[in-house]
Amino acid sequence: MSEPTAVGAAAIARTDDHIPSGVERVKPAPEKPRSLWTDAWDDLKRSPIFWISLVLMTFFVVMAIAPGLFTSKDPTFCDLANSRVSPSKQAWFGYDAQGCDVYARTIYGARASISVGIAASLVALFVGAGIGIIAGFYGGFADTVLSRITDIFFAIPILLGSIIILTSFPTGANPSQAAEITKVSLAIAFLGWTSTQRIARSSVIQLRGADYVLAARSLGASNWRIIRRHIIPNSLAPIIVITTISLGGYIGAEATLSFLGIGLQPPVISWGIQINNAQDYLRTSPYLLFFPALFLSLTVLSFIMLGDTIREALDPKLR
Amino acid sequence: MGRYVLRRLLQMIPVVFGTTFLIFWMTWALPGDPLAGKCGQRPCSPEFIAAVRDRLNLGDPLIVAYAKFMKNFLTGNLGDTVSGENIANLIQTAFPVTFRLALLAIVFEVVIGIGAGILSGLRRGGFFDNLVLISTLIVISIPVFVIGFLAQYFFGIKLGWFPVTVSDGAPWGDLVLPAFVLAALSLAYVARLMRASLAENLRSDFVKTATAKGLPRRTVIMKHTVRNSLIPVVTFIGADFGVLLGGAIVTEGIFNISGIGGLTYSAIRLREGATVVTVTTLIVLVFLIVNLFVDLLYAVLDPRIRYE
Repeated sequence: MSEPTAVGAAAIARTDDHIPSGVERVKPAPEKPRSLWTDAWDDLKRSPIFWISLVLMTFFVVMAIAPGLFTSKDPTFCDLANSRVSPSKQAWFGYDAQGCDVYARTIYGARASISVGIAASLVALFVGAGIGIIAGFYGGFADTVLSRITDIFFAIPILLGSIIILTSFPTGANPSQAAEITKVSLAIAFLGWTSTQRIARSSVIQLRGADYVLAARSLGASNWRIIRRHIIPNSLAPIIVITTISLGGYIGAEATLSFLGIGLQPPVISWGIQINNAQDYLRTSPYLLFFPALFLSLTVLSFIMLGDTIREALDPKLR
Repeated sequence: MGRYVLRRLLQMIPVVFGTTFLIFWMTWALPGDPLAGKCGQRPCSPEFIAAVRDRLNLGDPLIVAYAKFMKNFLTGNLGDTVSGENIANLIQTAFPVTFRLALLAIVFEVVIGIGAGILSGLRRGGFFDNLVLISTLIVISIPVFVIGFLAQYFFGIKLGWFPVTVSDGAPWGDLVLPAFVLAALSLAYVARLMRASLAENLRSDFVKTATAKGLPRRTVIMKHTVRNSLIPVVTFIGADFGVLLGGAIVTEGIFNISGIGGLTYSAIRLREGATVVTVTTLIVLVFLIVNLFVDLLYAVLDPRIRYE
């Protein structure tokens, strides 16, 4: 990571169709020098696991945005006459205890589950990266205070902490979907930002002494300018990786909380709620559990696998 | 060493108090009615609210209330559930069960996780290596409650190898399947960590030296490589104890085990927030203490680690 920033940023701009980043686009350098991102992209292009996870991820994100593309049925239309009818040609995944179509509900469940994952990881990204960059860049007293605060949040396991928060905010009589999703996302992100903070801090500490930072400083650049132009673009790689991986983890956390009955609440449709409802019929109708669980696991898998392959591609030690 | 222990203990103090204060704040001082979700579906009775406010001194400034709460907590005065049961008694009967479950889970992590990690690390790129990599990735991405239900359905109901739920008193035999489910996620991490650590050490100079001076391959691997690779894995397993206690909420709920996790699970189901908070605080405290021991153990295990 010792090249000038313009080159690094240009490389990011070239690959950012695949990696979401907030970096402004810079005109590509004419001779296309090789950077960490170009090397990583060359590796990724040849990795089948990368493409599999990318396709899977796109598939589920499209499902969350436009569930109507996958099913024409109404997930809220339920007919008790169909209660727990096994999978058939009419209903591929069968009907649940209330006689709702499991396939339609599984498709529509993608939206709530993935929204929670994205919202929670965005909050964790901004809070964690913000605190981590400040702590790593300024060091000294600021670092000591901020890192101890992070330690305190880090000591509470996410699942336990979210349980405490969510029992303090019980759902009212008529929950709106957006309010429910916000509540659960914030409960998860409240303790989830610490891992992003640690990664951001350690990567900024490595960059702080770099020659180009020194050069910028001796040219009279302000701290804010150095952070914006040099520190953030160059520490982006590990932060993006941890965000992708934790996004998968947060989707799993939402499902676990909903499964425990304190996450999202019906009438919101989510995979965790479906699995929670299915557990009573495990012996007689295991398919009620199987299909939402399969979709959930594949989504989590696609995010974790994507983050994992990008991390390996970015790691110079493994070359 | 002595100075390191002392420094570590001193560093621990603000974290313990900070963490418990954070939990206290999250529970009682967040905006909104703190007792809204703590007595089931209906609102709390005025008597209960008065009793809780009185016991927790919520009339005092928050920091004073917290200090009094910690004093009660540390002297074992944990209060009662809504139905009047003593929470300290409940925990006393539940804790041994969870401890056995977590112990068994750690045995699985050590035997299967480290074993698989060594075998795949020694033959990188081989069939077994790929098998371990893919299966651990799958286990990591399936949430623990799905693994629990799948295991219960296939091994308990379909094949009948294990009892579907754990009977009273939780005999060791009944705990095998739940412990495996509880261990599954960490087991996958242990295998991956062991594999990576072994692969790194195999390339190191001291292993090359050992091979060059003609030691048999067995000695090189067992005495030089594996032993050195174990250090990060042991740290991980120790620190994992708290995660196991947290994960026990789901596992014990599924298999109907009456341990700490089962206690929390049923308290969540009955919407008894007060019990949930007390038990979770306790779990977090255990987690912190175990982490401290692991840190100290780390310095003992690896003599190179000398913090000034």
